[in-house]
Amino acid sequence: MISVRSLCKRHGERAVLTEVTAEVARGETIAIVGPSGGGKTTLLRCLNYLERFDAGEIEIAGERLVPGMAASDPALRRLRTRVGMVFQQFNLFPHLTALDNIALAPRVVKRVAAPDAIAAAHALLARVGLADRAGAYPHELSGGQQQRVAIARALAQEPDVMLFDEPTSALDPEMRDDVMDVIRGLAEGGMTMLVVTHEMQLAHDVASRVWVIDHGAVVEDGPPAQVVDQPRTAVARELFGRLRRASP
Amino acid sequence: MLIALIASVSIVGCRGDAPQGDSLAAIRQRGEITWGGDVQGGEPYVFEDPEHPDQVIGFEVDIMNAVARRLGVRARMVQYAWSNLVPSLERGDFDVIANGLEATTERRQRILLSDPYFVYAETLTVRRDSDVRSVFDLAGKRVGTLNQSYAYDILRMLYGDAKVYEGNEEPYQDLALGRIDAVLLDNIIADRYGCIAARPTLKCLPYDVARGTYVIGIRKADRALKQAIDGALAAMRADGELERILRKANLWDARQLEAPPSEGHAIRGRALDGDMVLQFLAAAWVTLELSVLAFLIAVPLGVALAIARVYGGAPVRAAARIYIELFRGTPVLLQLFVLYYGVASLISLGPIEAAVIGLGLNYAAYEAEVYRGALLAIPRGQSEAARALGLGPAQTLRHILIPQALRLALPPMTNDFVSLLKDSSLVSVIAVIELTKRMTIAAVDMRGWLVPGALCAAMYLALSFPLSELARRLERRLARDQRPLAL
Repeated sequence: MISVRSLCKRHGERAVLTEVTAEVARGETIAIVGPSGGGKTTLLRCLNYLERFDAGEIEIAGERLVPGMAASDPALRRLRTRVGMVFQQFNLFPHLTALDNIALAPRVVKRVAAPDAIAAAHALLARVGLADRAGAYPHELSGGQQQRVAIARALAQEPDVMLFDEPTSALDPEMRDDVMDVIRGLAEGGMTMLVVTHEMQLAHDVASRVWVIDHGAVVEDGPPAQVVDQPRTAVARELFGRLRRASP
Repeated sequence: MLIALIASVSIVGCRGDAPQGDSLAAIRQRGEITWGGDVQGGEPYVFEDPEHPDQVIGFEVDIMNAVARRLGVRARMVQYAWSNLVPSLERGDFDVIANGLEATTERRQRILLSDPYFVYAETLTVRRDSDVRSVFDLAGKRVGTLNQSYAYDILRMLYGDAKVYEGNEEPYQDLALGRIDAVLLDNIIADRYGCIAARPTLKCLPYDVARGTYVIGIRKADRALKQAIDGALAAMRADGELERILRKANLWDARQLEAPPSEGHAIRGRALDGDMVLQFLAAAWVTLELSVLAFLIAVPLGVALAIARVYGGAPVRAAARIYIELFRGTPVLLQLFVLYYGVASLISLGPIEAAVIGLGLNYAAYEAEVYRGALLAIPRGQSEAARALGLGPAQTLRHILIPQALRLALPPMTNDFVSLLKDSSLVSVIAVIELTKRMTIAAVDMRGWLVPGALCAAMYLALSFPLSELARRLERRLARDQRPLAL
């Protein structure tokens, strides 16, 4: 489903990603962890070309991404209907209701008829446990509810891959569980997902594989039982030690 | 509160520090008589000397110099807007008026008038192919004249209304362009601006529609000054100096030797009545129509300019920037003149069309900057989320950015619209009668600013307040998440 080959990105003199190579099979859930500034979010954003890169290539959901693609490239428009993205800060559209946030992209991008898009949006709201908040505007929803609407909004395009950029970092602890439950449900439903997270529990219980990224490279890659419980590198040991202490 | 303000202004305006007693002694003591005039009246009255632009010349300058010499003092002209000469005289801003002031019964009731120094004739100018033969053929025609002139009174007496202009050139230009059918003005103006070689399509009809006289205006209390000036004028007539001055300015004709015409006409003073309220309502409708139509141009054009400036490539950005600087950096009055008179030979716009387009193009520049600020205030995450969902640039603008930008721009837009309502009064320069123009006309008819001013203010408020209220409600509905936190 996803194949990353020798991906390189620089910010001026500083290398952000150095020769990242990785594969993700259909139905896998990858937890991407690592110290801040290590390149986790940059890698994730490269996967749907929100971030440009300098060398290497990516194949994702049947589209091939290379450096220097134009913003208007039709391959990118196709890519973004197949790859959903969930942001740390939700980025809901404040002028639209929860329902319209979800129904907008199918109607505008895929030209789904309004009644069909709205019916699908209601079903998605029910799926994330917010059937009764269809008419609410984003500012009337809690952070956890907003993030669940944002997940439903990404799912409305029926993507093959979902990318999550620290989906629970901006939430109070008691709201994280609702969002985690939604992500777990997606994993059990066979969605291919990459989740940048500091959430120990998510990496351990939900992920099929864990990547540890440090200094722009994947330094560990394996099932949670191996990477979380028996880390090989000092950075992973330090990371999971701290996460373990931080989690009750 | 507002009424009180207007009242106090008008008291200052009317009473001021008008000198008590006779001014003649003061003039002799000063050694100088000051007289009010307006160089905008142009050649041959009072105008700036093309050779020495810091000096004024004209036949009225010569007449006043001669009068002053005979009074044993110097004369000095002071520049005032022509339509404010009488109130300014009453305020004591200068000693006398000598600038094409027509002797009318109405004026005689307000100030003292000297004996005439010139006899003029109202002359009708039409296009050569016109079937108009006299002033009585003008029913249903569009006739232009100058505001507050005797000709305007004649036209209103005969036909109720006319199209009023502020300058000598514009009525004849509009006549040549076919925007109006006739112009009625003094022979002095008609001979110099109307039936001239440069306007081969125009002709002046040979019959005098009416005759009138130019006189010197003097404050009501200054009887001794009037006597002295009348004496000086009589002496100038007797020893031929007046004729020499008028011949020099090419103004001498047989009319000057005939007995001066009696003051045949009196302007009917008007009181506030139903007709006047209706005229004000019609003018308020023009103001509203102009403002709404102009805003309907300004908003979409402003959005397009803002998008060009924020998201366009370098040449598009530069073009939008030049447009904004050009329209924001030059007076809207100038833009209206250029649009209505300057390019009239290329595209001849009606006055309302020119006004709407001119104000619309001008306000678009201001709106563009408001929307640009609003677009820049939208968090980056909004565009990213839209892009990540597969929306293209145009879809992102239409569904995500513009709705949010308009919401942010609503308070400044309301501001701009209220400001446009008032700026629309500028279009009276291109012969549109809107609310402010109606007020100035009514103020002349009623000989006072208080009632028309209050009526005019009330109508502007009646237009702007519901709009502000509508905007406030819209804002509350749109900006649900932007309620301010109590401090």
